[in-house]
Amino acid sequence: MKYACLIYDDGVPTTDEAEQRQIHADYMALYQDGLKSGSIVVGEGLERTDTATTVRVRDGKRTTTDGPYAETKEVLAGFFIVDVPTIDEALDFAAKIPSAKWGSVEVRPLWSGGA
Amino acid sequence: MERGGVVEPDVASLDRLFRSESARAIATLARIFGDLQRAEDAVQEAYLEALESWPARGTPRNPAGWILSVARNRAIDAVRREKTATKKYDLLARLEGAAISDPMTNDDPIQDDRLAMNFACAHPALAPETRVALTLRYAAGLTTEEIAAAFLVPLPTLAQRLVRAKRKIVQSGIPFSVPAPAQMPERLPDVLAVVYLVFNEGYRSSQDGELVRVDLCRDALRLTRTLCRLMPGEPELLGLHALMLFHHARRATRVNGRGEAAPLEEQDRERWDVVAIAQGRAALAEAQRHRHPGPYQLQAIVAAAHATAASWDATDWPAIRRAYDALYALDPSPVVALNRAVALAFSGAFDEAMREVDGLVEGPLSGYTPALIAKADLLRRGGEPAEARRWFERALPSLATEAERKIVERRIAECATV
Repeated sequence: MKYACLIYDDGVPTTDEAEQRQIHADYMALYQDGLKSGSIVVGEGLERTDTATTVRVRDGKRTTTDGPYAETKEVLAGFFIVDVPTIDEALDFAAKIPSAKWGSVEVRPLWSGGA
Repeated sequence: MERGGVVEPDVASLDRLFRSESARAIATLARIFGDLQRAEDAVQEAYLEALESWPARGTPRNPAGWILSVARNRAIDAVRREKTATKKYDLLARLEGAAISDPMTNDDPIQDDRLAMNFACAHPALAPETRVALTLRYAAGLTTEEIAAAFLVPLPTLAQRLVRAKRKIVQSGIPFSVPAPAQMPERLPDVLAVVYLVFNEGYRSSQDGELVRVDLCRDALRLTRTLCRLMPGEPELLGLHALMLFHHARRATRVNGRGEAAPLEEQDRERWDVVAIAQGRAALAEAQRHRHPGPYQLQAIVAAAHATAASWDATDWPAIRRAYDALYALDPSPVVALNRAVALAFSGAFDEAMREVDGLVEGPLSGYTPALIAKADLLRRGGEPAEARRWFERALPSLATEAERKIVERRIAECATV
């Protein structure tokens, strides 16, 4: 089954450069492992929410606003799509995402086309 | 199909037999489908067939095997009829190749199916109240009506919760499988916690004389008994089984003739269930052989010290204190600290215990009713009735059951007359 692991946090919890490098290295190691084993379909980090633009279409009319969908402290910071046998492996993967230590990872199955 | 039966069963007894014998079929089909609803639908078809065939041809000698085999055939028919199922051929292959061994011989695949059902129902991706409902429905075999009545939840609410849970299991890919040994230490506590919740709900409510709910204690014991058979040599499972047996053994004396929650020292020990106590001791001894004490085992040691003492005065308080010391090392929570302090008071170190209780009541447990009661009771025993009365009065408004209120009211009266 395919699952989205949606990473929410309010930024990297440290200004220490060595620690930031370590977090980056942990992400890279997880990504390389996942690609090699075939469990990761795709994984991306997102730019900060002040770069976001939100689009809505109402009655055929498009409105475009500057900023994210919702102003919250914890924001969507990145995501992985993984392809694993059951939710157990998806939860194990989510627990290995570095941001899980200070933010939250929401695990959701991809829509399978059912009602 | 065998024709073993001689008695023509009426619908009610057929119903009962079918329900108790269909748990294995549901477990096996749920594993194959990864879907409880499909498993139930297939077993429902088998039920309709049993209604026709059992009274006419006699109850099969092996009802569980009959149900599984008929339900599997109906499931194969149902999957064949589906036009759009993407996994149609995969499912058919799994249904046709399924290990349908004779349930009478307790072959491994079926044992594993039932165990897998327990783990699926207690999966951490489900909400705790949902885990309880699923476990009672599919591992303990209660009806939706029985579960709704036991938890005082309206039937439609409970039914809706089960429907949503079954959908989540399918859509989020919760597996019907027994965790690998490496995962077991993380997953078994979830299964045990659900069973203990069921037991405590029954235990707590029995104090209010709600007889319909007392059965939950028996249901919980039935679950641990089955789990002990399916998963031998798990010390915490044995520990939980022992703990519940010791509590259950005292069920007849927990409320006295005046409707008060009877203090342990006033309970008539002659009326404790000696069979349950013996079973509890056996389970605890087996748990202790593994030399790996966990929280349930340590609580069972405390419960055993009470259940096996000839009298209140003969209680082995140092053993209780040691068990709480070990429990505190595993779980250094204020509630464990409170219990440890009480055990310390009865082991002779009264003043030290009082200081510990004071620290807890003025700190992390200031809003915890059992802590207020513990402090009041120590003051009463220590010869300070006026102070004791003040603390009993403080605890009174937040007591949950009528029986607890009655005993505290008696204590208040006693403290006033001293």
